Amino acid sequence: MNPGATMAGRVRFGSAGLWALAWRQLARDRVGLASLVVLVLCLALVAASGAGLIARDWSQEVGVSYAPPGFMGPDVAHLAPESVPARAAPPRPEVYGIEDPLAGVLAEIRKDLAGESTTESRAPTLVFGGDKWGRDVLKKTIKGTETSVLVGLLAAALAVFVGTVLGAYAGYYGGRVDDFCNWFYSVFTSIPYLLLVLAVAAVLNQKGTVTVVLILGLTGWTGVFRLVRAEYLKHKAREYILAADAIGASHASRMFVHIFPNVSHVVLVQLSLHVVLFIKSEVILSFLGFGVGVDTVSWGSMLNEAQNELIIGKWWQLAAATAAMAVLVTAFSLFTDALRDALDPRLK
Amino acid sequence: MAAYIVRRLWQFVPTLLGVVLLVFALFNWVGGDPAYILAGKISSPEQIENIRRQLGVDRPYYVQLWIFLGQIATGDFGVSWATNEKVSDIFATRLAPSLTVLVPMLVLGTVMSMAAAMLVAYLRGSLTDRAIMIGCTVGQSVSILVYILVFQYVLAYRLGWFPVQGWGNGFAENLLRYSALPILVGVIVSLAPDTRLYRSFFLDEINQDYVRTARAKGMSESRVMWVHVLRNAAIPVITNVMIQLPGLLAGAFLIERFFSIPGIGREVILAVERSDFPLIKAVTVYVALATMVLNLLADLLYKAVDPRVQLK
Repeated sequence: MNPGATMAGRVRFGSAGLWALAWRQLARDRVGLASLVVLVLCLALVAASGAGLIARDWSQEVGVSYAPPGFMGPDVAHLAPESVPARAAPPRPEVYGIEDPLAGVLAEIRKDLAGESTTESRAPTLVFGGDKWGRDVLKKTIKGTETSVLVGLLAAALAVFVGTVLGAYAGYYGGRVDDFCNWFYSVFTSIPYLLLVLAVAAVLNQKGTVTVVLILGLTGWTGVFRLVRAEYLKHKAREYILAADAIGASHASRMFVHIFPNVSHVVLVQLSLHVVLFIKSEVILSFLGFGVGVDTVSWGSMLNEAQNELIIGKWWQLAAATAAMAVLVTAFSLFTDALRDALDPRLK
Repeated sequence: MAAYIVRRLWQFVPTLLGVVLLVFALFNWVGGDPAYILAGKISSPEQIENIRRQLGVDRPYYVQLWIFLGQIATGDFGVSWATNEKVSDIFATRLAPSLTVLVPMLVLGTVMSMAAAMLVAYLRGSLTDRAIMIGCTVGQSVSILVYILVFQYVLAYRLGWFPVQGWGNGFAENLLRYSALPILVGVIVSLAPDTRLYRSFFLDEINQDYVRTARAKGMSESRVMWVHVLRNAAIPVITNVMIQLPGLLAGAFLIERFFSIPGIGREVILAVERSDFPLIKAVTVYVALATMVLNLLADLLYKAVDPRVQLK
């Protein structure tokens, strides 16, 4: 709410500004405020993990393979000697087309290491269990949350930027520019969103966080465009813009200095909305193997591993990823709703 | 009316041309040389040259674009790079399984979410309303993947109520045996977002003057809701369902993939995995066309059920 504070500070006379009013409204909304608190905590966690303060060693194989969560106690069957070969060649009952390209190599390496590495040094249980390689699921979830949230935020920022710029030009200039932007919009909207995302993923045919951000950001701008264009259409004929014209403000200045602050509440709500949308899309893309790279962990890649684990009864990775997603995305969605209620002038 | 339809159809041309250009630019320009994908890892320069000639990618861009336009007009996109099956045959055989799952899913999902939406709109502002809405937000926040994984594991693998996956030959067997669980998952996943959306449609109607008039003249509350509000709120619902339809056809790919249903969505995923460009191009162009046609139909339907709507 930094911009809110500065805006409110500028309004010295009489009534409070839009942002101050919105903040007052938001502070009254208990659900919205609670979700904001959860959201800030989650983002602090993500920032801490991004800065390397926590979960830095998530890829360390600290526990035994599929170490159960601490509250369940150590896996008795696992400690028996006959389980050692089973660990070297873990069962892969159902692989839906996508395989970890390094799985074979890793299995070989681990087979070699099995002689030297002592199983005793590995913890029999971990706080919230371990994955196939004995990595701590809790740390992995934190790292996965970081990836998913980062992708969601960056992709939403990109999509909102593209949508706002195109929408501003189309709405402000009208005429030919508007026609061209509308044509561009109708082309993008006539292809269903996920199909477009998949088609771009197929063409780029490379994994990586940047790729996912580009795919999602460059295909998902249409909703923002439509709303921002409508706002600019409305605003460009208002008197304050005529006044800006009279004092000699340039087109760019009128668009982004004068009008933009007055439509920024629409943009902010859309930004929040798109973060949720893109986080969900990233999960699906990464799950299918078109998302983040193999050395990066995200909720999608965790769910991908979880589908094989579930069949042998190792549910904790699925539970961890699902719980993290449920908490963060729910908080984000509820906050978006509260933000929209607070910023919607019709409700006042 | 006829003039309106003709004008709308005429507007399809630039949009469709844009879609064609977009797809063409994506696959022929961004996507790099398809010959390398086709030839595989071990290939000689002669082989690659040969494939380039067969595909026509050694010719100038405008010739390639002309070939692509010809493919769209005739519906002949050649053969799949992965299986050598004709692309048109793939569509013809995959459409029926997709629809077997999608149509019941859409009908059941719409009816159920409309009922839920009407209930919460009627109880608006109450604790039930808020609880259901927050429940919907939580349910919506979890990925569809989790629903599929958990339902398949618990209901099919553990309890054995449904087959884990598969597809038979008879229609009845497919619908009742193999589609039951996919339909259930699809309905449950769509319930949360649809209820939220339809609730807002109902709320828009409940605050209208005609509702107050109906109440004022002593109409029973159930008649107000079921006859007056429902019929008016159904209009945007119908439009919403129609606009969703083409996206669902390709968008149900996760369900089709997990339950091994040989539908269009699964084919799209396979095509993306195998870099099977002819198939993806064909799907994208035709689904875009279907979206435009259904949008037009939705507008016409809107006009048919609500005479106040002015088509312009």
